[in-house]
Amino acid sequence: MSAISAEPLPRDTEHRSRTDARHDLLFRFLLRFCALLVLAALLGAALATLWGGRDVLFKDGLHFLFSSEWNPVENKFGALAPIAGTLITSLIALVLAVPVSFGIALFLTEIAPRWMRGPVSSAIELLAAIPSIIYGMWGLFVFVPFMANTIEPTLNDTLGNIPVIGALFQGPPLGLGLLTAGIVLAVMILPFISSVMREVFQTVPARLKESSYALGSTTWEVVWDIVLPYTRSAVIGGIFLGLGRALGETMAVTFVLGNSYNLTASLLMPGTSISSSIANEFNEAVDLHRSALIALGFLLFVVTFIVLLVARFMLRQLARREGR
Amino acid sequence: MLTSSKLPSRLGAIAFAVAASLIGTTVQATDITGAGSSFVYPVISKWSAAYAEKTGNHINYQSIGSGGGIAQIQAGTVDFGASDMPLKAKDLSKFGLGQFPDVIGGIVPAFNVAGIQPGALVLDGPTLADIYLGKITSWNDPAIAKLNPGTHLPSSKIYVVHRSDGSGTSFNFTDYLSKVSAEWKSKVGEGTAVQWPTGIGGKGNEGVSAYVKQIPNSIGYVEYAYAVQNKLGYAKMKNAAGNVVEPTIASFQAAANTADWKSAKDFNLLMTDAPGADAWPITATSWVIMYKTPKNAANTKVAFDFFKYAYEQGQDAARALYYVPLPTSLVQQIENYWATEYKK
Repeated sequence: MSAISAEPLPRDTEHRSRTDARHDLLFRFLLRFCALLVLAALLGAALATLWGGRDVLFKDGLHFLFSSEWNPVENKFGALAPIAGTLITSLIALVLAVPVSFGIALFLTEIAPRWMRGPVSSAIELLAAIPSIIYGMWGLFVFVPFMANTIEPTLNDTLGNIPVIGALFQGPPLGLGLLTAGIVLAVMILPFISSVMREVFQTVPARLKESSYALGSTTWEVVWDIVLPYTRSAVIGGIFLGLGRALGETMAVTFVLGNSYNLTASLLMPGTSISSSIANEFNEAVDLHRSALIALGFLLFVVTFIVLLVARFMLRQLARREGR
Repeated sequence: MLTSSKLPSRLGAIAFAVAASLIGTTVQATDITGAGSSFVYPVISKWSAAYAEKTGNHINYQSIGSGGGIAQIQAGTVDFGASDMPLKAKDLSKFGLGQFPDVIGGIVPAFNVAGIQPGALVLDGPTLADIYLGKITSWNDPAIAKLNPGTHLPSSKIYVVHRSDGSGTSFNFTDYLSKVSAEWKSKVGEGTAVQWPTGIGGKGNEGVSAYVKQIPNSIGYVEYAYAVQNKLGYAKMKNAAGNVVEPTIASFQAAANTADWKSAKDFNLLMTDAPGADAWPITATSWVIMYKTPKNAANTKVAFDFFKYAYEQGQDAARALYYVPLPTSLVQQIENYWATEYKK
């Protein structure tokens, strides 16, 4: 029995390899189809939003991008306030979330005792599983009063008095506004960035780290000179994953942003964002108003695309500097 | 003779039974669909549950917003649409549609000022407009003080809260401000969403209620039910007749009674700033929109029967949800409108 199966007939092998090749081809087509499906969906969505927004884009052209007027009664629409709100809240979120995520990831890979790593990283990943509406409600009912009573008066009295950047931190302590939205977003994107960082920090070969320690490096030196350069591109990838999430976040932001189209210099004042404008107004919007909201959706595509492009560019510059 | 006469009669009986069961199922299975205003959704769902229990006909109402309701009825995908804004005669005749009011509700200014009890604050239209224009910025402004002699008003800044989503509530509120303030009319105007000169936006009545509750010295506007359920401080208003009135079901009904429905073609009338002595100035309704020549006669018949039921027997259900049933004279006028305008 075993002798027969060990030496199959030559004709049989030929047949097998031919079917294998056919299966391989089919499999390749299937994979290509999967990849193209994503591209087609993306392109379709982008074109559909562009088409839906054509009325307002034809009417106002570039003025739509640079006007901060949003007047549904007189059918005048400008996207500046939502674009600014989206970028500012996402930037605040990144500024807060990146250092904290970095700390979390380092602690979990380098410093924490082994028994602690599992529970802490699961807890952080659970943050990612909380629906955004819950973040919104937590933000509105728990965090907003805290901001209004504690953090914002303190900011007014401290940072608000510094000459140039003071204007950013002066304003009525409403609790709602760009800063609050940015902080809530920071909590939301924290798990995404920190889990990517933790994963890639674990890929650094122990040999490299141990050699560095053997040469007398401190933990910080090992992290800054060995771990971070080794994982740089993946870390930046993780940061931009978080940024992508922050740019498109809707419900949580709508609850705490204050939804006002008036542009102000202060981070404590209410603002609006692209996605929250759409969520707020789509229900009752008709004609040009609806078109303006769909055009806003297209702009979110463009903004996200530009951000990703910048990320790619940064990575390439880094690679060039390292002479790779 | 006997057998031959018995056979056809038995066949007849079977045929009758089959026919009856067929008719029976079609009557039971009449599901009519409506879509539109979220303002009327709570009361329509309550009415439809009671109506289904009584007649077996189900009303499937989707609360997708007035704009959506108008679009759906124009596309003919629903049996009736409901909108917080009346359609103009031109738009009605273009599509062969008719419209009539369904239920009345009140919109109240809600405030949160330490030391002032609910109902202890009096405002009038021009003052409210100036607050929302950002011209009156502190609670002890002379205009507010004049309306509230003897009330201690703090000098703190007024935080204005409005709706961030497009809504019929905003439409009626801004319509009222446009009627009482020329400056509001020229600068802002009326609409389901407008360019608010000042303030922060809350999503939905619940969002505005939450903001007013949380932000000291704030003022907002919400549907009456939300002010009652959230125990918000509501303001009394000085109405068009110059009397100070409380927001109550009686004052909403007074507005509906004194509004000039008789001369409003297709009921195209907003009840804001109604002239009656006891009328609440920011009273609103919403309109049911249906084809004058029905696309589906059986469904349309059920829809009329449903609204007739709602007018005649749904009053307690409406009051329980803090809506106001239409006054009898208006119901009479609507039934005449059905008889003359709609082909059944």
